[in-house]
Amino acid sequence: MSVLVAGRRAVPRKYVPVLVTACLFAAMFAAGGLRYDSFATGQVVLNVFIDNAFLLVVAVGMTFVILTGGIDLSVGAVVALSTMISASLVTDQGWPSPAVIPLVLAIGAALGWAMGCIIHYFEIQPFIVTLAGMFLARGLCYTIGTDSISITDETYTALAQARVDLPGGMSVSPSVVIALVVVLVAAYVLHYTRLGRNVYATGGSEQSALLMGLPVARTKIAVYTISGFCSALGGVLLSLYMLSGYGLHAVGMELDAIAAVVIGGTLLTGGSGYLLGTVLGVLVLGLIQTIISFEGTLSSWWTKIFIGLLLLVFILLQRLISVRRRT
Amino acid sequence: MTAPVPILRMRGISKEFPGVKALSGVDFRLLPGEVHALMGENGAGKSTLIKVLTGVHDIDAGEIELGGRKVVFAGPSAAQQAGISTVYQEVNLCTNLSVAENILIGREPRRLGRIQWGRTRRRAAELLARLELDIDVSAPLSAYSPAMQQMVAIARAVDVSARVLILDEPTSSLDTGEVAQLFRVMRKLKEEGIAILFVSHFLDQVYEISDRMTILRNGRLVSEHLTGELGQVELVGKMIGRELADLEKLEGKPLARETEALVEAEDLGRAGAVEPFTLTIHEGEVVGLAGLLGSGRTEIARLLFGADHAGTGSLKIDGRPVSLRTPRAAMNHRIAFCSENRRAEGLIPDLTVRENLILALQAARGWSRPIPRRKQDELVDKYISALKINPADPEQLIRNLSGGNQQKVMLARWLILEPRLLILDEPTRGIDVGAKAEIQRLVASLSDGGMAVLFISAELEEVLRLSHKIGVLRDRRLVAELDNDDDLTTDVLMETIASGARA
Repeated sequence: MSVLVAGRRAVPRKYVPVLVTACLFAAMFAAGGLRYDSFATGQVVLNVFIDNAFLLVVAVGMTFVILTGGIDLSVGAVVALSTMISASLVTDQGWPSPAVIPLVLAIGAALGWAMGCIIHYFEIQPFIVTLAGMFLARGLCYTIGTDSISITDETYTALAQARVDLPGGMSVSPSVVIALVVVLVAAYVLHYTRLGRNVYATGGSEQSALLMGLPVARTKIAVYTISGFCSALGGVLLSLYMLSGYGLHAVGMELDAIAAVVIGGTLLTGGSGYLLGTVLGVLVLGLIQTIISFEGTLSSWWTKIFIGLLLLVFILLQRLISVRRRT
Repeated sequence: MTAPVPILRMRGISKEFPGVKALSGVDFRLLPGEVHALMGENGAGKSTLIKVLTGVHDIDAGEIELGGRKVVFAGPSAAQQAGISTVYQEVNLCTNLSVAENILIGREPRRLGRIQWGRTRRRAAELLARLELDIDVSAPLSAYSPAMQQMVAIARAVDVSARVLILDEPTSSLDTGEVAQLFRVMRKLKEEGIAILFVSHFLDQVYEISDRMTILRNGRLVSEHLTGELGQVELVGKMIGRELADLEKLEGKPLARETEALVEAEDLGRAGAVEPFTLTIHEGEVVGLAGLLGSGRTEIARLLFGADHAGTGSLKIDGRPVSLRTPRAAMNHRIAFCSENRRAEGLIPDLTVRENLILALQAARGWSRPIPRRKQDELVDKYISALKINPADPEQLIRNLSGGNQQKVMLARWLILEPRLLILDEPTRGIDVGAKAEIQRLVASLSDGGMAVLFISAELEEVLRLSHKIGVLRDRRLVAELDNDDDLTTDVLMETIASGARA
């Protein structure tokens, strides 16, 4: 058909937000390279990945939720709960890690599933349900223990210290590999499976999706289950990074994850956005931290200020784009 | 001639909502290869019947037979799988997805669970080609006009099931050319043996396309006819259950008035919306605005209501210059604006009729001075009976009312404020003949009572019947202001719209 060979126009508008984020990342990287010696190396970027692998995984789950037009505030607390369960089972109970990790992932997924069911069947705002989930998970951490539990299990420490060597003398941690696999699988699911397309359709218009005969209930419950699973996996990666479990881990991580998704160009109202954007969003957040640590004289609170400003700019950008689309 | 076997048969269907008996004992049948029009006033039960048929609502009594087998639908997807697809008045597709996806989502060609995008796009293009459409299927749906989106919805519906296709007011937002295109598609599908259930408020369209019609009134079946055997006048009589004499009463043209000027706009304009125009509205005068969709009719209304800021010109009310910076300022001058999309910009579906009615009055008084309940009840009863809102129950939730009755509630809400200028933007769109006549009569009597009305409608006859004076718009410019004298006919109006000056 003629439509298939139709020439490509400049840049489809749907890619604009992702491109903006990519340009921003490139500009920040270039600015850092000009300002500081030894900044413009591949390892700096890889370190961003290493330091934020858990956030990336959590943000992937959050992307699914936000694409349907929902929100998941429980992710940070579920991450903390996962580190706490891992640590207490491995260190205090002496469980083997191959048993602990699947159990933790199952608990995270089950929590997400339960929240999804409540959101869908009782028609309650995701904000409220996941807020309750957040308090619940955070509270459960303290029933396990109020202090930090360090992990000395051999498998954990070995995984934490392992490095995957890359050409050019660079290396990444196994966590980064896991996170990237999660990203690739998630991108495949979003773009090449019915579940993924239903996620976009539900976010575009839930009412329409329902009338088109799509399984809206299953889709909505699935995205919260995925988010719960990703939070638990993020918790496992964080316990590798910290080698401890603590009820105060990942405080406010839900907000970082939401920020990363929004800066990555996903519309908070749902239906539009890409996982690549989320990856770039996490990288931008990580790079801000890196630049501030290179600067040395700025306090780490500047990270929050920059993230706040960026978020504002990107939400305004979204607004402009969606307004222009309507007219 | 042997009668063909109906593909769909509904018997004794009843459905009750809290406080409303929407359907009682309705029989309905649909033959393959015919276009069957479902006729009735607002609130007659057309929408409910369709929702029952498509599994959105379950039935309280009765049975549905599809292709000779008894069926019960648990939801829209069950109905679709059984072969019944619906295209609703508001296009129910996802505008964020591509055209191809909208047609095929849920049924994309896959291999090992992986969606094959190439095949999806080819298949979508083939389906559209069957409807004689050639558009870029990889573009997002939002890039196309509502009419094209409607066609895409039909393409989807036909591909999903292709036994029974329900079109619920598909033409209400289409222009003439688009309607013709839709009808071409419908005839094509009919030839392929698909049974089409068609709902429309435009009688001419019903007569043009349908083979048979079923008439409902107050949730009951009135009768079924071949379209050729029932005249328009009889049809309307059956729909509203009384003689058409009521409708004819308004036929006489209103007389022009000699009264004080109420609103005088001089060179009022807004860049990009409407060119500067000069318009005077007198007390008790009905000023009609005629013009094509997008010619600037609504923009004029919004300027006069302060919803948009005027870029140029001045506005005088009672001879004193005013500046209407916000709708609130306009309301203080007792100007009311009943906007064209009542769903998005006005009614609150989860509140009762009474609460919706009182809303604007309460807002005008300020929250610190609540309206006593007795006063509320009095007012609400008065307007419910004046506008014949059905059901006449002030505590009924708005969302349980039909479209026409919602429109009446909207109108009543503004009338309670007793405005001096009432701006009505397409008040009769998407509502039936009976309610239309009631609203027209209401406008006439309001203007007799001294209220000025700015009446915007796409239907020239209606504008002509009600207005003392008609402003004609074309390409966002007020091109002519015509007194409604005996020489003025719809033909003259149409010519003016077409040529830009009085012929």
